[in-house]
Amino acid sequence: MANVPDNLHYSKDHEWVRVEGDTAVVGITDHAQEQLGDVVYVELPKTGETFPAHESFGSVESVKAVSEIFTPISGTITEVNDSLNDEPEKVNKDPYGEGWMIKIKMNAAGEVDSLLTAAEYEDFTKAEE
Amino acid sequence: MRYIPNSPDERAEMLRQIGVASIENLFDSIPEELRLRGPLAVPAALSELELLKKFDAMAVHNEAARRISFLGGGAYSHYSPTIVDHLISRSEFFTAYTPYQPEISQGTLQAIFEFQTLVCQLTGMDIANASMYDGSTAMAEAVLMAERVTRRSKVIASSAIHPEYLQVAHTYVQHAGIELQHSPYSTETGATSADSLTGLDDKTAAVVVQSPNFFGCVEDLQALADKAHAVGALLIVVVTEAISFGLLKSPGACGADIVVAEGQSFGVPLSFGGPYVGLFATRDKYARQIPGRLVGEAFDAKGRRGYVLTLATREQHIRREKATSNICTNEGLIALAATIYLETMGPRGIEEVAQQCAQKAHYAARKLAEIEGFSLPFSAPFFDEFVVSGPGEAATLLAKLASERGIDGGIALSRYDPRRPNDFLVCVTETNTRKDIDALVSSLRELV
Repeated sequence: MANVPDNLHYSKDHEWVRVEGDTAVVGITDHAQEQLGDVVYVELPKTGETFPAHESFGSVESVKAVSEIFTPISGTITEVNDSLNDEPEKVNKDPYGEGWMIKIKMNAAGEVDSLLTAAEYEDFTKAEE
Repeated sequence: MRYIPNSPDERAEMLRQIGVASIENLFDSIPEELRLRGPLAVPAALSELELLKKFDAMAVHNEAARRISFLGGGAYSHYSPTIVDHLISRSEFFTAYTPYQPEISQGTLQAIFEFQTLVCQLTGMDIANASMYDGSTAMAEAVLMAERVTRRSKVIASSAIHPEYLQVAHTYVQHAGIELQHSPYSTETGATSADSLTGLDDKTAAVVVQSPNFFGCVEDLQALADKAHAVGALLIVVVTEAISFGLLKSPGACGADIVVAEGQSFGVPLSFGGPYVGLFATRDKYARQIPGRLVGEAFDAKGRRGYVLTLATREQHIRREKATSNICTNEGLIALAATIYLETMGPRGIEEVAQQCAQKAHYAARKLAEIEGFSLPFSAPFFDEFVVSGPGEAATLLAKLASERGIDGGIALSRYDPRRPNDFLVCVTETNTRKDIDALVSSLRELV
């Protein structure tokens, strides 16, 4: 059973969001990394780029496939996890911790309210299966 | 891979399965008036004996094939050991299927892996692909890749690049939102000046330069690389005469970011301009931006080595909208010929060929410059091609040389640049003897 921490927000594209003040930390969920298999490459945007919500900001490549990753909320990239260049396997090992991908300065903090709660996301992934 | 024929019964069964009465019905969507109604207008079949006689009779008329040749300009006459043709004719290679299934394609995959390794060693780069169609399309793909890597859309190309390569690049980029600017070469040296790169700024994706360039001149790659890197642009180096790798410092060692080349010089016959093979190499960090196929070395759970197509997610059959290129093949057989050539010659052999080309070309240049009314207009160092200025129209002189003396003395540059009516490009390789060169010199002296 995939791990779904209670303190995070979730998108239907299988990203998670951790709110830290006016910044959102974004990564992909434990369920998503399980589905992908061994991650071999993560393509991330550059700091300073701005994105609307639900826009592709990069991709995750596993031995099986490539998946687009989408911004759950809109804002400006303040930091990217460059360590994933050399250690993409962090996404598999610690998707909610060291496998984080980007930090976004949110345009509107209210946007996270439209995302799923942990319970809703769990139901959503079950329904998908 | 076996070719599996089918019998009339099997064809009938297939038609039945898809609910079609005859093969003719498969073409119903083609309007009646466009269809061929009657046999093709080709001569009747001949026996093998008759056919060989017919070809022999035709070949006798081919006078150009028997001329002494000093033609270069992107296609070069080099010696190819007989082992090359013999080995590539083996059916395992000759009829090989695209190696998508590594379990039945290890031979093909290993050959491509060796090709990639050789290309890296020659160019001084980290990673090479399985090959492109030819040198010109490889250059165009390099321009597209530079735009992807830098996210900038202006590219500056030296005017001393082969004009036809520039045309191919234009064809590739004209609808891709990339602006291709041309930077002049020095009319004194014949080389691209790093100080006069027109339009180089922080919006430039790449500087593209050929070395040895179209006029045979060796470019100062390090200076050009420094200029490009200072504004965050890449340096793309194009090589049409791949034998030059045997003598010149590698583009990788001079700071190039992408190196592309025409590999025809490596054991591939001239054959009227193709099929040839494009070499494409770059730095490790750009591995995911490279166009075309890549073969990687892999190990199974027991540690046994095998070869597989890798990083295939860049390719159009996986993600069309994100593909790095629409090439979905490589020049497999020609790349194999180049591989066998290089492995037969070895590093010392390639160096020996390159030495011979350079020395014979310099002997020829010296002798030609001694003729009354002839001179060498460019001062930059050259490898095995150089420009000669004659006393009159080069095209007329060369035509006379061919018809009266049986010598193809070079390419008249007026074909590409009307401002150079008296100039022609001479190429000398290891296949030209001193006797050939002396005949060229004495014939020109007598004809003028």
